[in-house]
Amino acid sequence: MAEMDTSSKGGGKHDSGTKSKKLSTRVDMTPMVDLGFLLITFFMLTTTMSKPKTMDLIMPKDTEKQEEQNKVKESTALTILLGKKNQVYYYEGLAQDPNASSNPDFFKATSFANTGGIRDVIIKKRDEVARLRNFKGEPEDVVVIIKADDGATYQNFVDLLDEMAINRIQRYATVDISDQDKQWIKSTEASNGIQ
Amino acid sequence: MPKVKMPRKSTLIDMTAMCDVAFLLLTFFMLATKFKPDEPVAVVTPSSINTQLLPDSDVILLTVDKDGRVFFSMDGQPKRKQLIEDLNTNFKLGLGPAEIRNFTIGSSVGSDFKNLKQVLNLSADQRKNSKVETGIPMDSTNNELAIWIEYARSAQGNNNKLKYCIKADNETPYPVIKRILDTFKEKKIQKLNLVTNLESKPAGSAAAIFEAEHQ
Repeated sequence: MAEMDTSSKGGGKHDSGTKSKKLSTRVDMTPMVDLGFLLITFFMLTTTMSKPKTMDLIMPKDTEKQEEQNKVKESTALTILLGKKNQVYYYEGLAQDPNASSNPDFFKATSFANTGGIRDVIIKKRDEVARLRNFKGEPEDVVVIIKADDGATYQNFVDLLDEMAINRIQRYATVDISDQDKQWIKSTEASNGIQ
Repeated sequence: MPKVKMPRKSTLIDMTAMCDVAFLLLTFFMLATKFKPDEPVAVVTPSSINTQLLPDSDVILLTVDKDGRVFFSMDGQPKRKQLIEDLNTNFKLGLGPAEIRNFTIGSSVGSDFKNLKQVLNLSADQRKNSKVETGIPMDSTNNELAIWIEYARSAQGNNNKLKYCIKADNETPYPVIKRILDTFKEKKIQKLNLVTNLESKPAGSAAAIFEAEHQ
């Protein structure tokens, strides 16, 4: 390794007789590399590489006027409810028909699982509704109504909005939960043993 | 067998190349790093398939922790300074220059106006441990969040590019989120952004097929 000549004797021009030694140009770089890697480690650990992403959420205007409000057909609607303990409930339509909603199979529970969960329900309903025709003869669009109960978490809400993006559902809305829905959730929770 | 004399090799290695690489990496990480001010709350955001980036500027960010405490934050030190000065004069918060400076260079705050002076007097470490910051109140009778949003909007100069972001924890109860959304609705702000992490699109889903078709 290179060494610096620090003695005061050498190097002086006025030293008669002795020729100054040619110093090697090699410098010991070990400490410099040590320091370099220390700093690299520090910056690597403190850097956050993945920037957070955002999801657009566009809320509708509140309107009192009847003609400005969107009407949803019973046949194209799918209502999804978020309960506590990451539970998802759903029923087809808007539950405006008391005969249909008195059916014990009307209100169903599912989960956020990738297969056999709410995604499959959405896909099935979307494809069913796409076969229907409106009065102009065009395929109908499914309208998903999202209602979150007080026990739901933000994650459930975002997951469900994400399902809309995953399945490319263009029309969905978040709606306040009704007392009837709450009651259905409660009785389903009781029968499924969810505390 | 004749004895082969191995030449004694020097153990010295030329470290110039290694040193070059080390400093190249060092320069890269130094330039790529952006130090953010210490946040008073830790939030784990949910993940979604959205790939839209959260912008660095023109952002009003509401952070909601898992207990439902709401924190307010905004970019741009001059704008933050103006915001806190406006609030100080209009709501008689009694902040001194030190507290105004603390807010300007700091990150998010989550306290009601009454305790704001006390919160801004604490250091970042003390704030994490103190129980003073109980979140910005947003009851219908005392909706300070609406005031924050309104003043922040005017401090940002009614900028069109301004984005309203909500960064909430996975465990945040939905009623808190609903309350925030309603507050924005009352302020006639319809376009919001939810901060999420990236996750991959599930294979075979409509979004994945759509993406494949449009590439």
